Parts: sequence; C-alpha cells; structure tokens
Amino acid sequence: MLRAEALACLRGERVVFADLSFSVAAGDAVLLVGANGAGKSSLLRVLAGLLSPLEGRLLWDGAEALADRAAHARRLRYIGHGDALKPALTAAENLAFYARLWGGQVAPALAALGLAELAGLPARVLSSGQKRRLALARLALAPAPLWLLDEPTVGLDSASVERLGALLATHRAAGGMVLAATHLPLPLPGARELRL
Amino acid sequence: MTAFLALLGRELRLALRHPADTLAAVMFFVLVAALFPFGVGPEPQALARLAPGALLAAALLAALLPLDRLFGADAEDGTLDQLLLSGLGPAAVCAAKALAHWLTTGLPLMLATPIACAMLNLPTEAWSVAVLVLGLAAGFLSLLGTAGAALTLGARRGGVLLPLLVLPLAIPAVIFGAAGIEAAAAGLEARPYLLLLAALLAAALPLAPLAAGAALRGE
Repeated sequence: MLRAEALACLRGERVVFADLSFSVAAGDAVLLVGANGAGKSSLLRVLAGLLSPLEGRLLWDGAEALADRAAHARRLRYIGHGDALKPALTAAENLAFYARLWGGQVAPALAALGLAELAGLPARVLSSGQKRRLALARLALAPAPLWLLDEPTVGLDSASVERLGALLATHRAAGGMVLAATHLPLPLPGARELRL
Repeated sequence: MTAFLALLGRELRLALRHPADTLAAVMFFVLVAALFPFGVGPEPQALARLAPGALLAAALLAALLPLDRLFGADAEDGTLDQLLLSGLGPAAVCAAKALAHWLTTGLPLMLATPIACAMLNLPTEAWSVAVLVLGLAAGFLSLLGTAGAALTLGARRGGVLLPLLVLPLAIPAVIFGAAGIEAAAAGLEARPYLLLLAALLAAALPLAPLAAGAALRGE
C-alpha cells in the first residue's frame, strides 16, 4: 500500500501543492484532476522518486519509500509526458532495452497495444499516437505494482484507449495500483478522484 | 550489471546509427592537426617541438564536441527519467554514459592519432606512446565531461559553460601527456608519465560518476 502524508512540493519559487495526504491500496485507481499547473505531473514525479518533496513522507507498506530509491524504482512504471523513444531505433529495439531492464517479452507487449506490424519500423516514422502506444507498451512488459501515468491517452484513437483499458483492468485485477493524471476520460471503472 | 550492459549496448547502438557524431570528432581532430603545419611554416624541427602539445589540445577539444548532447537528448524526450528509474542508480547511469563516450570518441581518436602524428612530424618512435597518451587523456576527459554535462544540463548556454568547466580540470592530463610524448620523442622513458596519466584516470573513475549522478539527481 502506498501512503502519502502531508506532501508538499516546490517548483521554481512556487508551492504547487501542500499538505496532501492520501493512500492507495492494492487494486485501487486514483485519477488526479485539477487545472493546468495544479501540480499533477509534479505529484507523479514525487511519487516516482524523480522529484524530492519539500515536506511530508511517502510510505510503502508502512516503510519510508524513498529511503532506497533503487528499490522504489523497481516497483513502479512511470509514463511521463515524453515518450522516451529513440527515433533511430526500431519500435522493437526501443522496447527491447526496457525488456532487458525489467524482463518480459517484446512481441506480446507490442501486440498488446496493436503494434505488432510496426515492430521493425524506426520510431522516427511512427505517428504521435503510435509513439504514445509504444511508450505505453512498456506497461505490458513485466508486472510492477505501481503505475504512474501522466496523460497516458494523449493522441490515442478509441481502439487504443480500449487496449489500454484492458491492460489497466488486468493490472488492477492482479492487485496493481494506478495513479493517472488526465483531462481525457480514462477506462478506469471505480476510480477515485483526487483533486489538486 | 545486466542493466549497465543494456544501457551501454543501447548507447553504442545509437552511436552506430548516427556515425556522423563520431566522424565529426575524428575529422575535427585530424583537421586541427593538419592546420598546424600551415601555421608554423615549413620548418620540420619547429613542428616536431609543437607536436605533443598540439596533439593533446586537438584531441581534448575534439572529445568535447559530442559532450553537450550527452544527456540533452535523453532529458528532452523523457528517456533520462526512465534511466533514473531503471534501478541502476544515477552514478552507474553516468558511468555507462562516460564509458560509451570513450568508446565512441576516445577510441576512434586513438585510431586516428598516427595520421595526426605524421602531419605534425612527430618522430615515429614516439607514435605508440602518443596513441596511449591520447587514449588515457580522452578517458580522463570522458569522465570529467560526463560530470560537466550533468552539471550544465538544463542550463542556458550549457554548451558554452561545459568547456569552461571541464577544460581547466583537464590541464594535468595535458601536462603529463605532452611530457610523456616529448620524452618518447627524445628517446627517454615515457612510462612515469603514462603512469601519472593512469593515476589521474583512476582517481576520476569513481569520483566523476558520483559527482555526475549527484548533479542529475538534483535536477
């Protein structure tokens, strides 16, 4: 279980959120909602351990989550604004790097997002929606209990959103947690809203 | 270790897909060495006296060229976040980056050194020492440069700041390296200078990735 206690975050000179407490249990989904600049992306980066909170604590099963950042990194998948793809590598090569890091098979992960036919194409020729799907294919590689998704469905067609919905449902059925920041409707039945 | 090798493999594969970056550094090195004879004039003895310093200055400047994009591209497309979450630890990420920089810049510069030596009229008995010196000095610069690139990441005009930060720290490598090549050219023992260069490299080997990792973490 992930627990945030009185988190506060500073970006530039401005406090984007303060005294934020919540907890996420196994199988839970939380939608982060709020206006632009409300700190949704910052919160996801804090939860990933990429950004240090100004104040507050982050607990994983009751223990300090960020005490061992490498261990915390291994239990999460983070999909940020950037797709983290290298244009010169093919779709399969881009994903194969993450498969070497985390384990898992490239071909089924590509198929899960409907990218099987594009495996041999360099990422530079993919459309922005296809690039987003390739970034999301990282979620299908190997299981990790905590998914942090920053605007995961930007540029996706409805068939791809459905595929992501299936991934999310499998993940949650296996006890996984999802925190997603989005302005678009996400296929997350029963998700709680956390307003920033 | 698997993650380290995965990252190193990815960096090398990317360098192979963009051979222009490596070629640019090697061409820069050879061209600077080729300009010296025109500037110094047709006196071969004067050229040979300048050769050790010119070789090192040209090689270090050439090795600096690809450094300002070392983390830049990864930071822009979000890859850096994924690398920091790879479970490797920021210092190990930086060590892999430094090693990849040496393999894609330092090693090709070593291979091009004999060409530059010939253009600078360096006595042939000093060529093998020159190749070794340039390999060691480029390794030292790869490590310093990785720390510099991590520190200047996100800074405005980072490309200008980077040489200002890194080159002064590389002065010891220039001094010992040039002295070693000079000694070999004069028929003296070059070993002590090579050992001093190796000692610089050994000191930078743990320190530079730690500093670079701390700089990335602070971003």
